[in-house]
Amino acid sequence: MLIAAVFLPLLGAFIAGFFGRIIGDRGSQIVTCLGVGLAALAGIYSFYDVAIEGHKQVVNIATFISSGTFEAQWALRFDTLSAVMVMTVTVVSTLIHVYACGYMSHDDSQPRFMAYLSLFTFAMLMLVTADNLVQLFFGWEGVGLVSYLLIGFWFKKPSANAAAIKAFVVNRVGDFGFLLGIFAVYFLFDAVSFDTIFGAVEGKAEAEVTFFSIHAHALTITCILLFIGAMGKSAQLFLHTWLPDAMEGPTPVSALIHAATMVTAGVFLVARMSPLFEYAPTALTMVTIIGASTAIFAATIGCVQTDIKRIIAFSTCSQLGYMFFACGVSAYQAGVFHLMTHAWFKALLFLGAGSVIHAMSNEQDIRKMGGIWRMIPITFAIMVIGTLAITGIPPFAGYFSKDMVLEAAYAAHTGPGNYAYILGITAAFLTSFYSWRLIFLTFFGTPRADHHTMEHIHESPPVMTGPLIGLALGAVFAGMLGVHYFVGEGREEFWRGAIAVLEEHDSIHHAHESHPAFFIKYLPLIVSLAGAALSYLMYIRKPELPAKLAGMFPGVYQFLLNKWYFDEIYDFLFVKNAFRLGRFFWKKVDTGVIDRFGPDGIAQATVGGARRLGTVQSGYLYHYAFAMIIGIAAIVSWFVIGRPE
Amino acid sequence: MTALTNFITHLPILSAITFLPLVGALFILMIRGEAEVVARQSRLVALWTTGFTFLLSLLIWIQFEPGTAKFQFEEHFDWLPQYRISYHMGVDGISMLFVILSTFLTPLCILASWEAIQKQVREYIIAFLILETMMVGIFCAMDMVLFYVFFEGVLIPMFLIIGVWGGGRRVYSAFKFFLYTLTGSVLLLVALLAMYFQVGTTDIPALTAFKFARDIQMWLWLGMFASFAVKVPMWPVHTWLPDAHVDAPTAGSVILAGVLLKMGGYGFLRFSLPMLPEASNYFAPLVFTLSVIAVIYTSLVALVQSDMKKMIAYSSVAHMGFVTIGIFAATQQAVEGAIFQMLSHGVVSGALFLCVGIIYDRLHTREIDRYGGLVNNMPKYAFAFMVFMLASVGLPGTAGFVGEFLILTGTFQVNTWVALLAATGVILGAAYMLYLYRRVVYGELTKADVKAMLDLEPREIAILAPILIVVMWMGIYPMSFLDIMDESVAHLLKNYHDALATRAAEIAPLGSKLLAWLR
Repeated sequence: MLIAAVFLPLLGAFIAGFFGRIIGDRGSQIVTCLGVGLAALAGIYSFYDVAIEGHKQVVNIATFISSGTFEAQWALRFDTLSAVMVMTVTVVSTLIHVYACGYMSHDDSQPRFMAYLSLFTFAMLMLVTADNLVQLFFGWEGVGLVSYLLIGFWFKKPSANAAAIKAFVVNRVGDFGFLLGIFAVYFLFDAVSFDTIFGAVEGKAEAEVTFFSIHAHALTITCILLFIGAMGKSAQLFLHTWLPDAMEGPTPVSALIHAATMVTAGVFLVARMSPLFEYAPTALTMVTIIGASTAIFAATIGCVQTDIKRIIAFSTCSQLGYMFFACGVSAYQAGVFHLMTHAWFKALLFLGAGSVIHAMSNEQDIRKMGGIWRMIPITFAIMVIGTLAITGIPPFAGYFSKDMVLEAAYAAHTGPGNYAYILGITAAFLTSFYSWRLIFLTFFGTPRADHHTMEHIHESPPVMTGPLIGLALGAVFAGMLGVHYFVGEGREEFWRGAIAVLEEHDSIHHAHESHPAFFIKYLPLIVSLAGAALSYLMYIRKPELPAKLAGMFPGVYQFLLNKWYFDEIYDFLFVKNAFRLGRFFWKKVDTGVIDRFGPDGIAQATVGGARRLGTVQSGYLYHYAFAMIIGIAAIVSWFVIGRPE
Repeated sequence: MTALTNFITHLPILSAITFLPLVGALFILMIRGEAEVVARQSRLVALWTTGFTFLLSLLIWIQFEPGTAKFQFEEHFDWLPQYRISYHMGVDGISMLFVILSTFLTPLCILASWEAIQKQVREYIIAFLILETMMVGIFCAMDMVLFYVFFEGVLIPMFLIIGVWGGGRRVYSAFKFFLYTLTGSVLLLVALLAMYFQVGTTDIPALTAFKFARDIQMWLWLGMFASFAVKVPMWPVHTWLPDAHVDAPTAGSVILAGVLLKMGGYGFLRFSLPMLPEASNYFAPLVFTLSVIAVIYTSLVALVQSDMKKMIAYSSVAHMGFVTIGIFAATQQAVEGAIFQMLSHGVVSGALFLCVGIIYDRLHTREIDRYGGLVNNMPKYAFAFMVFMLASVGLPGTAGFVGEFLILTGTFQVNTWVALLAATGVILGAAYMLYLYRRVVYGELTKADVKAMLDLEPREIAILAPILIVVMWMGIYPMSFLDIMDESVAHLLKNYHDALATRAAEIAPLGSKLLAWLR
């Protein structure tokens, strides 16, 4: 059952990928959807079996790498944390597969697309069920690869290719940290498998090491390295630049990979390694601060973007920040809970956006939309549900999780916790503002598209709206169904040690125990309503206001529009210099120094020397006679004067 | 089965594998007739010979006992008894897989030259068969003189292959290749002679057991280093490689990258580390420094290349930088990783050169900018190239990952800075390979002559498919390979660390003050 949950998508990908031309578009769709569909059933069953019934287990498959004391297995680990992820990934993925059958129906390489989607699902499942860091890294890079393939799916577009490379390389920067983190774990524990590490962590709590000439607390430096990996995959501040560009891929990709599943792998990693992070308070502080800063940073950018998918991408970035600072204040359960609810409503928003784009003849600029809600009522309703969920309006899913995250940050009563709380509340305001802005600009007001586009507006076919409704159900109910188990009274029983929290760090516990002031409890809701109201004011009541504001603060507007100029700075600092340095090494050092003074130089010197020697043999008799006389004179002198006794 | 086992134990199987290609070459010499007929027959005979050699070499893999560090399939005959020099062959867990690597790549090279080589086919084929004999001989030789004969002998056919059947500035490149490697080899010869006069025999196990005085170790180490470093090649003696690759015919590049570069790494493992442990320990920081420079420097140079072969050649230098780091880190993971990396680089870079060759045969240029959009008309090619590209990048699940990962894991235990700096190669490697792939394979198909290119033909599929399978196999179940080397590497390292522990007095490695600071 467990093996089926993981390997059926691989089988689907394999068949669709290699025999796609034989079985055709329809065949590939059926095979892949069937693969993930069955995997989803197995995933739901395993969730029930593991999380509810408590049958935690590890399925060993084979040895992956063994060298000396280094041992890594191919194994599937099913505890509550994996089970939550497996269920979320397989179910959301199934819905997106079905949606993709409709969305991609005009594309001419559908088998390839479906194969990629299934391959992605497999890699993600390998990641979340890994029993050791090496297999986790396998899945980690696997999802990165498929993400690369899918962002560049329309390989004829130069922008798509550039975005694909950017995604892979920026992720590799994070992986660089992750790899060093794995080495550090092996250095400390002499093992990479989770059970061994977690069993030994208490004994290493005080250990100190010297890495990179820094003498420091061992677990802190290890956790920071692992977190750098998480930052890359989860698009946190400084390593976020790839995510908005990743929207070059087809919409189902954005939903599956860049919202619901892959980008949350970083959060999963931190939650998985919670036994280590618990003993590394400095690392947790870093997680909190980066998370909270990302939440606000991405939200500010989201407020001015005009591409419907990019707005949602920045919103993803921002929500990931929430998940991280939840982990940072040791409320990992709240972080994973938000991860789970976010998977539903963010996939919903993306697919809803896809449906809008589909209806608008591939227009993505919300400035060229408006006034279409009556024409695509299902899509409209779906988008509103998604927005209600992300802005944290009860009883939608986001309300429960985001509320818990913020409460935990507040209840942590630490400096970073307060920082996260304040930034989180502000980001919640902005989230609400830009999410409603998207709704208002897209669906309300006067139509701004040309009449040609307007004539073609149509609701999406059932194959697309069906999955949307499924996701909408999740966006409505996932929060209220899960809250008791994930972060409520039932959480001990539910997690069964899959996440470790030291007693004194348990901010969820503190949040439940301390009864915060009414104001603190309802502040997230209040700012969310305020954000919606402001958005209503600016985009419905006084639509001329935004332009005026932009005109009043052109500097701020440009700064936000250009995403804080991160791309430009990175391009200037790293990309340009790498090429410059490469050219310098090649032309100046390799050719200019090594070859010039090495082989070519020696060869030339030899030729030159031979020629010079050759000139001595001039053929003139008096030259030779002269040389002879000098020689004789020298020898005689040596005999007479210099001869040692 | 016992009959078969008996047969093999009594057959001098290593000699059979080594010299079978020469027998094939003899047959080819005897072919008479029109040039056309000679060419066709030569190719066929060569394919059969090398194919059969490969099958024969599989027997030693099957019969190989992994649980021991002993040399197996040993053959021992007197050669020059008065000088105590003998014909001594044998393989252990370190060398056995290199024999397989050589025999695996050669038939693929013959296939790859099927149509690309049209002039003096017979001579070309014979050069290749001699080359195979030399390569296999290097990894089987257990006598230093024998080793040296093969080690130098390999230069001649390779020199001819580049110089006669190459393109561009082939004569310049061939001489550069020859002089670089010969200069190093002369110093190796001096070291070998010095060892011989000291010990009185050239038998490798005897030399390994002999304990050289420390001062002598230093000089011997430097002599060997001069030769092996050029072969690897290490920075800054790497500049022959890009030129040699660019001007060599495809199959020449495959063997050059696939096997000849490994001779350097193998030399370090067979001679430097076990025979000269104190000197190896002393000079390890030097190797680390040069290797780290190689990884970063050549990766950056690879990024700006406009010639495909040159780019892959530079990437080879970077990948081999990992190997030298791993060998001198001298931990179980690092050394196993280094051997694995040599094997995986052998197949992956070989495959990448084949991929370049396939499109070169169609368009006769290696300029990256002349291509673009190949995925549209060559999807099979695009798929194969993608897999090899990812393996080169070191994606888990492909051959490239395991070696790099083990090397870095092992090195981190010894020196975190070296691991950190080398790991930047992981980022740069992704950058230059993806950038190459994008420019060649992705994009719109606009150029008319590129549009006319056809997808892989059956012969080309037959070349790439076996490599593809091996690349995935090495990535998913590397244990088939790690198990073989495990015991030999453990034995090697035990002796190495014992030697260091029992030495008369501690001497600090080169630049150890700086090193202590950079721990």
